[in-house]
Amino acid sequence: MNKNECKFPLNLVIAGFGGQGVLLAGKLIAEAGLHEGREVSWIPSYGPEMRGGTANCTVIISDSEIGSPVVENPDVLVIMNRPSMDKFLPSLKKDGVCIYNKSLIEGFKPRSDVKMVAVPASDLAVQMGSTKLLNMVLVGSFMANSKAFSEASLAYALKKSISAKHQDLIPLNEKAIDEGAKFIA
Amino acid sequence: MNDKEKLLEEVKTMKKVASRPKCLTDRVFHYCPGCTHGVVHRLVAETIDELGIQEKTIGVAPVGCSVFAYWYFDTDFSQAAHGRAPAVATGIKRSVPGSVVFTYQGDGDLAAIGTAEIIHAANRGEKITVIFINNAIYGMTGGQMAPTSLINQKTQTSPYGRDSETMGYPIRVSEMLSGLEGVKYLSRVAVDTPANIIKAKAAIKKAFETQLTGTGFSMVEVLSICPTDWGLNVADSKKWLKENMIPYYPLQEFKAPKAEEAKGGE
Amino acid sequence: MANKVLMKGNEAIAEAAMIAGCRHYFGYPITPQSELPAYLAKHMPKRNGVFLQAESEVAAINMVYGSGGTGVRVMTSSSSPGISLKQEGISYIACAEVPCLIVNVVRGGPGLGNIAPAQCDYFQAVKGGGHGDYKLVVLSPSSVQEMADFTVLAFDLADKYRTPVMLLSDGYLGQMMEPVEMPDASNIKKYDKPWATTGAVGRHQNLISSIHLVPEDMEKHIHHLYEKYAEIEKNELIYEEYQCADAEYVMVAYGITARICKTACVMAREQGIKLGLLRPKTLWPFPKQPLAKLAGSKNVKGFIAVELSTGQMIEDVKLSVNGVKPVEFFGRTGGVVPSPNEVLLNVKKLFSLK
Repeated sequence: MNKNECKFPLNLVIAGFGGQGVLLAGKLIAEAGLHEGREVSWIPSYGPEMRGGTANCTVIISDSEIGSPVVENPDVLVIMNRPSMDKFLPSLKKDGVCIYNKSLIEGFKPRSDVKMVAVPASDLAVQMGSTKLLNMVLVGSFMANSKAFSEASLAYALKKSISAKHQDLIPLNEKAIDEGAKFIA
Repeated sequence: MNDKEKLLEEVKTMKKVASRPKCLTDRVFHYCPGCTHGVVHRLVAETIDELGIQEKTIGVAPVGCSVFAYWYFDTDFSQAAHGRAPAVATGIKRSVPGSVVFTYQGDGDLAAIGTAEIIHAANRGEKITVIFINNAIYGMTGGQMAPTSLINQKTQTSPYGRDSETMGYPIRVSEMLSGLEGVKYLSRVAVDTPANIIKAKAAIKKAFETQLTGTGFSMVEVLSICPTDWGLNVADSKKWLKENMIPYYPLQEFKAPKAEEAKGGE
Repeated sequence: MANKVLMKGNEAIAEAAMIAGCRHYFGYPITPQSELPAYLAKHMPKRNGVFLQAESEVAAINMVYGSGGTGVRVMTSSSSPGISLKQEGISYIACAEVPCLIVNVVRGGPGLGNIAPAQCDYFQAVKGGGHGDYKLVVLSPSSVQEMADFTVLAFDLADKYRTPVMLLSDGYLGQMMEPVEMPDASNIKKYDKPWATTGAVGRHQNLISSIHLVPEDMEKHIHHLYEKYAEIEKNELIYEEYQCADAEYVMVAYGITARICKTACVMAREQGIKLGLLRPKTLWPFPKQPLAKLAGSKNVKGFIAVELSTGQMIEDVKLSVNGVKPVEFFGRTGGVVPSPNEVLLNVKKLFSLK
């Protein structure tokens, strides 16, 4: 794939329930961007709302120095649950992309001035053996859609971000990423 | 040979049984007449001399009458904020593990404002020695009620006597600390009589020796007199200590290392 | 990029502190700086260092006093309410000239407030904070890289001048991850500390103390401190000017807010507005002369202080500009962080720009 197709800076917000792997998904994307020599920033929502409530993080991948790490109108959204859709969809830039977990998000009013990309992430994750893989599915979809970095960079990021004792889970996570990417093609 | 010459000759042949401890400076104590801070300073200084630890001892002075303790000990010193001496001592000992660190604190400093610091330094088993002067009153500020002031004791801030209903009870710090695992040596002594002073010296020495074994926290609570703020002469002060303080604060060794522990080096 | 690692700001401080030779940390848990002690708790033992979780912030800062007095590199960290508790100790440390690093990852206040990013502790940091006549050197990082770099700088300044240094950060900088290249340990300068209380071997007493009972002695000591502060003002001021050369309006902002203002600058230029930014990297010493110089420039029509508070640094901006040009203010407070667009809209509104 041709990474030059992606326009930088790319401002991304990832949101979902606490526990859906929002922060790790963001970290992988930031690591992959860094691996390709870009400037990156990752900023989480933090504190009590992390526990059981909604969690979100903002990731910026850029070709030049990153000014504000706070983004009002992101270029891309990765949305894992319904409350996050309601909260963040209105903020998406016109002509932006909203990649969302179709398995858990229904009955909302989509926007016609943005590209809505529905991925049955939770269903795919369950098919692969664990609902926990849904964040990886969506990271795969994001990679394929944005072309912000190569598969190899993401694989590197995955290896780096997963702790030593869980390295055996890497193949399964890579598979989930593949599934998510395939869904875009 | 005249009388003076005879005397000088005699002095030459005398055996020296006591002298100023080496690690005490020549400075004259600023303490009030009759105050026992001077006695306890001397006991600490003798201990430092006897253990040969002057060069590695670092003292921590409190806020209170003994704020200038560093004037009198020729060792390194740090002057701490009110109540914080055990925290400062922790910082020193953790940074210079081979040193011998002691704090010298009064009852307001240690048992009121510094309660958290003393409990947690003791509980962590900090390898420091605390000399706790309990004279049941705030001395430097002019005789206010201390946490250790006795029931009915009249002070500037308990002019009708300490009333447990509104002012609570005198706090027994040693009893409180004795339950903590980190405490390895703990004793309460008094300096009202020569016999008790000798016992106090032994306790202080054991406390420093405990620190040298590197096993944990050591403290000696020293019941002391404050003639100025008690409004008594020295003899009556000693009598008051004996008749009022000792019954409430019994003299005892609460904790001591087992024999084999005490032998261990650093 | 090989040397760059993705790290949280709080962790970058912790790692850089160890690179700077800090092996003693005393602190008490508080959000949003918890990653910092957690990192040190994990890594200090591996490097023969001391990590001690104290019973309170009060105890922690006094442990720093004792430890720093022995000459080792020592630090503590906390967030706003915890820093308030440390103020007594910081005053003692400043008076007794104990070098150390104090990190404040500022959160919304007053009171218990919240844990969101804020800059409401500016006065406390640069105007004293504790009792008495003293100053802290206050460094203001604005990226994770600077969290690391300024940590190393802080330890150096602390030793060089025998003075406490504060790193004034905020919840966002603490929590955010960016690539960071760790400073080179071989560039760390070591200082002789003949004053340290390490045990009086072959010498007389060393004393760490803040008591000067005779007023004339105290005055003399304070003058000594202020001579030192004058040296620091002369030598250690650092700041950044961004698009100031032709600027008609100059924002003054530090920390995370400066990042937001930079983006606002770029947006303004796209709209034909000549907006610039002056970013103090040291909040004390404050860039008085650079601001005065800009105020005297023909291009500049006005200044605007942008802060995550109701307006604290603006007082220093006004003192520096000294009435030569108007100084306006825009801020969000209580943990609210404005977007670059919001900043720009307010700049335009305050100076009636289209």
